[in-house]
Amino acid sequence: MDPTRKTFKSLSGIEIKELYTPADLADHDYDNDLGLPGQFPFTRGVYRTMYRGRLWTMRQFAGFGTAQETNERYRYLLERGNTGLSVAFDMPTLMGYDSDHPRAKGEVGKCGVAIDSLADMETLFRDIPLDQVSVSMTINGPAIVLFAMYLAVAEKQGVDFSSLRGTLQNDILKEYIAQKEWICPPAPSLKLIVDTIRFCVESAPRYHPISISGYHIREAGSTAVQELAFTLYDGLTYVQAAVEAGLKVDDFAPRLSFFFNAHNDFFEEVAKYRAARRLWAREMDKRYRPAKPASLALRFHAQTAGCALTAQQPYNNIVRVTLQALAAVLGGAQSLHTNSLDETLALPTENAVKIALRTQQIIAHESGVINTVDPLGGSYYVESLTGRLEAEARAYFDKLDEMGGMVRAIELGFPQREIQQAALRYQKEVEAKERIIVGVNAFTESQDDSVPILKIGPATERRQVKALRERKRKRDAKKLGRALAELARAAERNEYLMPPILEAVRREATVGEICDILRKVYGEYRETVSL
Amino acid sequence: MKTADHKLRVLVGKVGLDGHDRGVKIVAQALRDAGVEVIYLGIHNTPEEVVSAALQEDVDAIGLSIHSAAHVTLFRDVLRLLKKNRAHKIVVFGGGIVPRADMRALKKMGVKKIFPPGTPLEEIVSFVRSIQPRHADIEA
Repeated sequence: MDPTRKTFKSLSGIEIKELYTPADLADHDYDNDLGLPGQFPFTRGVYRTMYRGRLWTMRQFAGFGTAQETNERYRYLLERGNTGLSVAFDMPTLMGYDSDHPRAKGEVGKCGVAIDSLADMETLFRDIPLDQVSVSMTINGPAIVLFAMYLAVAEKQGVDFSSLRGTLQNDILKEYIAQKEWICPPAPSLKLIVDTIRFCVESAPRYHPISISGYHIREAGSTAVQELAFTLYDGLTYVQAAVEAGLKVDDFAPRLSFFFNAHNDFFEEVAKYRAARRLWAREMDKRYRPAKPASLALRFHAQTAGCALTAQQPYNNIVRVTLQALAAVLGGAQSLHTNSLDETLALPTENAVKIALRTQQIIAHESGVINTVDPLGGSYYVESLTGRLEAEARAYFDKLDEMGGMVRAIELGFPQREIQQAALRYQKEVEAKERIIVGVNAFTESQDDSVPILKIGPATERRQVKALRERKRKRDAKKLGRALAELARAAERNEYLMPPILEAVRREATVGEICDILRKVYGEYRETVSL
Repeated sequence: MKTADHKLRVLVGKVGLDGHDRGVKIVAQALRDAGVEVIYLGIHNTPEEVVSAALQEDVDAIGLSIHSAAHVTLFRDVLRLLKKNRAHKIVVFGGGIVPRADMRALKKMGVKKIFPPGTPLEEIVSFVRSIQPRHADIEA
């Protein structure tokens, strides 16, 4: 380490002092700022006993090739102690195209599983009882369609909707901000999201209709503060949309869930999760005054930072992931995905994903960190940083309020620009070696270790397209046509769309056919390119 | 051949359906800062859209970013369309999540260079600067 170094900064650029003492917490009030776990403002955790009562869900995000191949991977994971599933869809599915669409060429099954219609969804969950395993689905633009397919599979399995547990990502705002897989413009997209929330309130009360995600915002290069601020503000935007549509906040707020990144700066990440809970509880209380305490409690899934993995000396990634996962656990996560060591090169092999899962199991069962609730609570440093992150995120809230809300801010390119500038700043620090990345800009090797790679060949696409065409031919064209016409009619009148979409997927309408109707009625989102 | 007077024109963007544009924007910015004329194409482009923009903008090189593992198909289509339009002298390079074996395949196909994650910007900038502008000899 450079002995002349005068300033020490967190990964997000917050200057860190040499020592923190009680003087840093002079304004701190235990009851008001921390309280007990399971109680307002939930800084110390959303449950009274936290991991003593129940461990977090070990939920590895997975999907590749055909539904058949991914189903095998799910069963492999469940047999090894994975306690929840998480579906990764391929690019065409994320964008609402069928596998035979010209834009799908080369992309089918490549970075997720290809799902075209109900038959694929059934195969995906073959021998996986949906009333026993909680399933998270990373899908946004066409979320309502894939959710309907999931419901239709539950029907076929004889599972009542009320016993379904799981999460639909369904967060379009962060797509416009960072991840950039979309179909329709903001207003109709928010309407579709509210429709899924309504359905869950009425028929699937144990299911989380949305996972408000900071993960992708962080991966796009944001700071921890930006991740915190934009995500929670997105959350408030969804709450507002649902309330405006006539839903009662206490009916749906307890089923909102969040999704955060677990990045490299250990204490900053722990502070971020703690600040997220406190800020959400305080803002929800202030803005909506819900009656149920559960409406104020922020529950979250975490995933270790993909962008922190290195292609150079890939085995070092196991160590990075361990530290990141530990931060998520000490920050009180309800669910966790740990990245595999080979993910800067390709989707993970079975062996790589097994090491990632074992990492969680070692933290849970060997490290002893689960023995008490919020073990870092009370640390002068962690509490001070928690307060700092909350205050800085609040400053972004004020700015966004002034701009007229998140949709307007996105139209103005505000969050996009903030993130882009942070990403560029970080890259310059790496180039200048102000930030050291082991194996990349220091401690490099002339020859990096090579690791085995999961290969998905062109045969997958050919098989999927052939199967899709065969299934399309076998459908009852009359019933399908009626269902699609009814959906188009309901969309044009801007009615509640869950029932007609559910009926269409039962008739084996494809993702592309349904999304084409949405595109036609609501239009397509176009990004204003800025550099 | 003198190239100093001719400003190098490079088309930079993403091909295919993935929207991971953090890297490509940083590269575009770095090239612009280094005095290269950058035409930034944005995300979600088909190979046809890439090639048509390259011809219209009369560029010397095309830099494409892909994180969706569709690189082999999409680069092959871009190269084929360039050839079809007698524009195969346009240098094609790229970056993203590409396994080593595929890097070799892409090189063989005619992709000049693939930059993996963690590549210093300096390396990309100096590669682009070493490209000879296609019209330099005519204009000199």
